[in-house]
This record gives sequence, structure tokens and C-alpha cells, in this order.
Amino acid sequence: MRQGAAPRLRRDLIALAVLSAAYLAATLFVTNSYYQLILTLVPIWAVFGVGWNILSGYGGQLSFGHASFFGIGAYVTTLALVYWDLTPWLGIPLGMIVGGVAAILIGMPTFRLRGHYFALSMLAYPLAILYVLQYLGFQEVSLPMHRENPAAYLEFTDPRLYTVVAVGLLIAGIVACMLVENSRFGLALLAIRQNELAAEAAGLNSWLWKMRAITASGVIAAAAGGLYACVLLVVTPDSVFGMLVSAQAVVVTLFGGVAAVWGPVIGAAILVPLASTLNAELGNILPGIQGVVYGAAMIGIMLAAPEGLFWTVRDAVRQRRTPAAAPRPQPAPPSQVRAAPPPPATARPARLHADRPLLVVENLSRAFGGLRAVSQVSFSVNAGEILGIIGPNGAGKTTLFNLLNGVLSADEGRAELDGVSLRGRKVHQVARLGVGRTFQVVRAFPRLPLRDNVIVAAYGAGLSDAAAIAASEAALAKVGLSAQADLPAGQLTNKQLRLMELARALAGQPRLLLLDETLAGLGRDECEDVLDVLARLRDEGMTIVIIEHTMHAMMRIADRFVVLDHGRVLASGLPRQVVEDRSVIEAYLGKKWLAKQEA
Amino acid sequence: MGLEILIENVLNALAAGITIGCIYGLMCIGLGLIFGIMKVVNFAQGELLMLGMFASLYLVTGGGVLAFLGPFVGPFVGAILAGPIVFVGGALLHKALIARVSGLRTAGTLDEGHFGQLIVTLGISLILQNGGLILFGSTPLTVRTPLASRAFEIGPVYGDATVFLNKARLIACAVAIITAVGLWLLLEYTRLGKALRAAADNPTAATYMGIDVERAYRIAFGLGSGITAIAGGLMATYLSFSPFIGLDYVIIMYSGVVLGGMGSILGAFWGGLTVGFVQQCSALVLPPQLQNAAIFVVFLLIVMLRPQGLFGRSAERA
Repeated sequence: MRQGAAPRLRRDLIALAVLSAAYLAATLFVTNSYYQLILTLVPIWAVFGVGWNILSGYGGQLSFGHASFFGIGAYVTTLALVYWDLTPWLGIPLGMIVGGVAAILIGMPTFRLRGHYFALSMLAYPLAILYVLQYLGFQEVSLPMHRENPAAYLEFTDPRLYTVVAVGLLIAGIVACMLVENSRFGLALLAIRQNELAAEAAGLNSWLWKMRAITASGVIAAAAGGLYACVLLVVTPDSVFGMLVSAQAVVVTLFGGVAAVWGPVIGAAILVPLASTLNAELGNILPGIQGVVYGAAMIGIMLAAPEGLFWTVRDAVRQRRTPAAAPRPQPAPPSQVRAAPPPPATARPARLHADRPLLVVENLSRAFGGLRAVSQVSFSVNAGEILGIIGPNGAGKTTLFNLLNGVLSADEGRAELDGVSLRGRKVHQVARLGVGRTFQVVRAFPRLPLRDNVIVAAYGAGLSDAAAIAASEAALAKVGLSAQADLPAGQLTNKQLRLMELARALAGQPRLLLLDETLAGLGRDECEDVLDVLARLRDEGMTIVIIEHTMHAMMRIADRFVVLDHGRVLASGLPRQVVEDRSVIEAYLGKKWLAKQEA
Repeated sequence: MGLEILIENVLNALAAGITIGCIYGLMCIGLGLIFGIMKVVNFAQGELLMLGMFASLYLVTGGGVLAFLGPFVGPFVGAILAGPIVFVGGALLHKALIARVSGLRTAGTLDEGHFGQLIVTLGISLILQNGGLILFGSTPLTVRTPLASRAFEIGPVYGDATVFLNKARLIACAVAIITAVGLWLLLEYTRLGKALRAAADNPTAATYMGIDVERAYRIAFGLGSGITAIAGGLMATYLSFSPFIGLDYVIIMYSGVVLGGMGSILGAFWGGLTVGFVQQCSALVLPPQLQNAAIFVVFLLIVMLRPQGLFGRSAERA
């Protein structure tokens, strides 16, 4: 369970109970069979949306082909009933299993893709299945009626009972979604969606989390499809694998609210009755009206409120409340940063012998085409020291970090952390070995509160819930951001963001920190504050490699320098020696300047 | 005897593959142009193809203004004129909707606005499909030309094996190649082409150089729409279509464009040609219902096997 999740969960569960009861009570009074059908379809499409939301909303992996899972659920339930006389009470769970397996099979190759390629590839699956089913002769399959004991076959003479089952399924789906949202699963997905590289660098195996998400998503979508078949009593490839089916999941969730438990429910409650009613009233003269409505809803919501109704309304309500009720916490004054409490006793890496290097880099090289971005770079970092990496723009400093923490793979050379090779490891694996990293351009998870930004890395390090909370609190205290823990990262100042990234790296229990221009864009005073934090970290035994432009700051903090130019090590040694090195001066200030000085 | 039939089938599949492949190539250029210049993921490209088909249909059949051209010349003139018509439609679509989720507005955002583009173009696609259903009905239609049932015969080349070159497809193929070359000349040698390429290369710098980037994008989107529409008009001469035809072809287009390398016009043509070729050859071994499924499998294979060339963000700057 995530920190602060319990009250939200309780509130949501109460809302769920009240809404379900009210919905079912309202159902009792509807006698028109068409409206009864709509009342049943709303929760079914909402369940489908909930499933889509887990992968595409929370996880940000946009899928245009969720009809695959919906259709699989529908066809498995139907065919099991037709051929094996298996009751849908078991057929739907069977469909869910098959849907989950299909999700794994689809996810494994497709997660090699990102963004629009992923979305598009997902579209190809249901369409391919659709043609195959047509070829196999399943154009239209009816569910057989059972006159004896119909309820055992999920058949009811009173259509309102279908609504009860559908609401029951929706409750199960919503609870599942709440569990996801309030656990590290949900947090991992939100982090991956907002910044996949940062999530990886925080130790999250994004591929694994995405696979879990698509599996959960496929299982839920298949359940919706299975029940859909039972309600409509007939399935065709187009009605369960068609484009409109995939679009339905997208549109109800986008409209209602992306990455919100209630989003798909709100979207389905508004759009399904609207589109169905229009279809019933105008379907004869305007046969495609439902699709037009969905298309227009999609475009409209994307342009007007891209996160969906839920978030737009919530933000509006909060904004009205905020000035009166709870003024936003002010950024901590610098003095508070300096007076940060001593770190609580969490598991801190034992200090290694200073004579034994923690990180050894030898002849590390990487070329992009003909450009040798990093060439034969060798250096070592002793435990407990701060090594400064300096060099002009384009010298290969960030590329070097990318090689070390697995963003890029090296062409040749060696990089070992305490004797363990870093080469060939993925970003999250390097993070788990104990390498924390910050980025040149801050990679925050802007919508998550500060504490969640930081705790991601603690989860990434494999800590239990309680230990992760303790570790992130400790990390926030170390950088002096405890007071801002509840602010969304998007509201932080530049300095706070830099410190947040530092805290995130610390929460991952690193042995080595790679800091990429942590001081960039900071004013002089702000620089001093961050430098103080770094100095304190070193005093506590942390090993730090820092890339920095400003020589002034580096002189103050670094124990040793490595100077890169054109991808090669130009000089290394004590700060004083390095800044007086002729080749370094030349690289920084040019030959002319050097000649003038000597003249 | 068996060998003769086999040879005849293979040769005819090859011939059909090349002619249809050229038309697919043109179709893919439209999508490739839009992605290459604007970096916009257009999901509604299949519907632009569909609009091209219907534009041509309404121009040259029944009481259409070009009906006087007759069934031999008319369908091809109609196909070419579908280009400018859909160009205008595309440019308006860009101005009204696409521009809001693309171009300078989204440059530099975390995902370059792809999320918004996907959703908006999916919405456009749904509206055009279903709006098409309302306007045009669901009956499959075709722009009839007697040429579609006539063929040049080559051979017999081996025993009785003869190659038949469908006249309608052959002409369509020629029109497709001419259009593609014309577009290439436009992009390579005119001021407009230069502006488009500059806007593609670096929109911000292009703005500083006095290029109206939003206008360049609008023209690019219109051009991409029009080019695909011409391909649609050409295809309308030999196949029957309904408002939902775009779905099948959007996948084919992306296969071709991805195969050819995103952003390269020539690549898009070769990619489309290859996909058309593969599709026609698959007819040798697959029953007709599965040919479309085969295209999706081919698409997935292409996308899976060449991911490095696909998402430009793989070498993301950290």
C-alpha cells in the first residue's frame, strides 16, 4: 500500500458502494427493455475502459487494439458454451485466462515499440484476428438458449438481472483498479508514463511492469467481452473485434478521465447512453451516428480537456478551494535547507577503503557513425570522493554517463562498480547495483507529489513498503525538501527539482551517484545550497561523480578532476593541477588566449 | 502441365505485384510526406484514401461533371483531380484540428504531441468512416472502367503460360509513377519544396529564416492528403470500396512507410511497392480471406524487426 493511500481508498470505496446501490435502485424502475439494455451496457463498457485505463491511462502505453482482448473474451465464452456446453459463469473466467495469455503473447513482441508504433501495432492484432475468424467461418455465432435452469447459464428472463451482474463485474473491476492505483504497481506505471528513462534510472524494470499492466488490462477487457456476448446473445467478428470496439475503450476513458479510477465510469455513463440513444433514434437515417459521436467526443475532449472530465473538474474544484482552505506550502527558505535534520539511521552503504576504487573505467568508447563521442576513456573513482568531470560542450560528458548507467551500450572498454561489470546491463539493472543518476534536464514525474517522485526509486531498489517510505523520507530530509513532500513536482522551483532528483537518486540506496549538471540554471545562492548538500553527502561517505560547467563550483567541491575534450580524457588529477594544465586551458579558452597569456 | 500453370500463376502474381505495388507506393508517399515533414502521426490517412475514391467516383460517374469523359479516360482524370479536392480538405483539416496538436505548439514537449495527434486523428478517422457511411452508404462501389476487364497478353512465355497485364492497373501504375516523380521534382527544385524541407528539418530555425512554418505544414498535410487521395482514385478503378476501406489500408501504408524508413519520400515509395508486391504474391499460397490478415502479420514483422529505424526517440537525449 502506498503512503497516504488508505484515506483515499476508504473514500473511494464508500463512493463505490453508494453509487452502485443507487444505480441498481434506479435500474429497478426501468421497464423499457431498450433502456434496460443500455443500463447493462454502461457498466460493461466501463469495465472495458477500466481495463484499457490500466495499460494506456496509468501506464501511458496507448493501445488502439484493445478489441483483441474484448473479442477474445467474447468468443471464448461463446464458443465454450456452444461446443462444450460450458456455462458462462465458468466461460467468462476461461475467457479472462485466455485474454491474459493473449496479452502476454501480444505484449512480449509489441513492447519493443513505443509511442505511435505501439498504438498502431496494437490495432493490427484485432483486425488480423477478425479476418482469421471470418476465414474459419465464425461470422455469426449465437449463444444457445437453455430453458431449464437458465440462471446457471447466465441467462435471465428479467433483463434487470443482467444489469446486476454487469454492476457486480464493474465493482470487481474498479476494486482491482483501486488496488493497482494504490500500490507500487500503479506508481510504477505512472512513473513510466511520465518519464520512462527516469523510471528506469530509478531502478524500475519498465518492461516487466508494462507486461504486468497489459496482462491485467487484457484479463479485465476479456471479462467485459465475455459478459457482453452473454447480454447480446450473439457475437460477430465485427461487433467484438471491430475498430469501434477498440475506440470505445479509448473514448470512454479519455472522456471521463485518464489514469483515474472513475474516468471510464464517468465516460461510459455519459457517452454510452448518448450514442445508443442517438443510434436508436436516428440510426435508420444516419447509420454511422454512433461512430461520429465517438469521434467528435474524442477530438473535443482532446482539444478542450486533454486529461478528461474527472481531472478538469477536480482541478477546477481544487483551485476554487485552495486559496481559502489550504494555502500552498511556501518553498523552504535556504536556512531551512542548511538546518536539515541529521539523516535517520537507514541502511547506508558501508564506506569502502579509500585506497580501493569503487568505479573503474577503462578504455570505454562509443561512436555514433563516424563521430567518436567517447573514445578510450579511463579513470577511476575512489570510495567517498567527489570526482568532477569537466569539459567543453560536446566533449562527451553526458554520453559517458549514458554509457555507465546503461542508456547507451559501449562499443568497447570496461566499466566496473566494485568489481562488477556494468557493461551490457540495462538502466534499471545498473540502478539496482547501486548507481543513482540525475539528468542534465531534470526528469521529474511532474504530476506526482514530491514524495512519490522519490519513493519510486526506493521501490526500484526493491525495498518493502515500510522501508521504502522510510528511505524516501530520509532522502527528502537529507536534501531539505521534507516540507514540500506533498507538492506535485510540476510546482517545484528549479533548485527544488534538482534536489528532488538528488533525493530520488538517494532513495535508491546508491553506492555511487552520477550527477549530470546538477547546478545548471541555478543562481549563486542556490548553487551554494546544493553544494552544501553534496558536501554533506560526501562527509557521510557517499561517492559522487559530477558533471559541471562552472569551474568555480567545481573547485569548491571536487576532490579530483577528469577533463574530457572531443571524447578523450585530456587531463586528470587534483583540481589545482588540472586548471593550470596547458591543454585544458587551450580546450576551454582557445589557442589564441593561451598565446596571448604567454606573450 | 502443372508446371505451366504454376509458372503462369507466379508470373501473373509478379506482374500484379509490381503494378499494384506502384500504386501502394504512391499511397505510402502521402503518409510518408506528412510524417517526414510534420512528424505528425496521422491515423486518418486511410480515410483520406477513401475520400479520394469517393471524390473520383462522384466526379466521373452518374451525373458527375466529368462524366462526359467516358469510361476510358474519365476514371483516371477523376483520380488525378481527386488530389486537389482532397488537398483542400486536408489543408482545412490541418487548419481546424491538426495544427492544434502539432507543429510549433508541441515541438519540444515530452512526446512531441504524438499522444494528442493519435487521439485527434483517430477521432477524425471515426468521423470520416461513419460520416462516410451516412453520406455514401455501405454498398460497395467501384469506378467502372471497361479497361479493368481487359489485359495486354504477353506470351505464351513457357508452354501455354501467358502473362496478363490488366490495362486499368497498368495505366493506374503509370499515373502513380508520374505523380510520384512530379512530387519529387516539386520538393527538390521549387521554393515551396525548399520551404517544406526546411520546416521539416528544423521548424524553429525555419521560422527565424522567415518561413511561415504553420503554412508549410498546412501545405504538407494537404499534399500528403492529396497524394494518397490520387492513389485512392486509381485504386477505385479496379476494386470495390465502402467507407470503411481505410482501416485495411492505413495498416498497409504504415507497413510501407516503416519499411522504407520514416521520413524518406523515396523510401516510402519503395516500402509501399514492396508491401504491394508481397501482398500479391501471398495470393499464390493464401486463401483470399487470409490475405488481409497476412498484411497485418507482415506489418507486425516489419515493425518488430526494424525497431531501431522506427521510433526516433530510441537514442533519446538524457
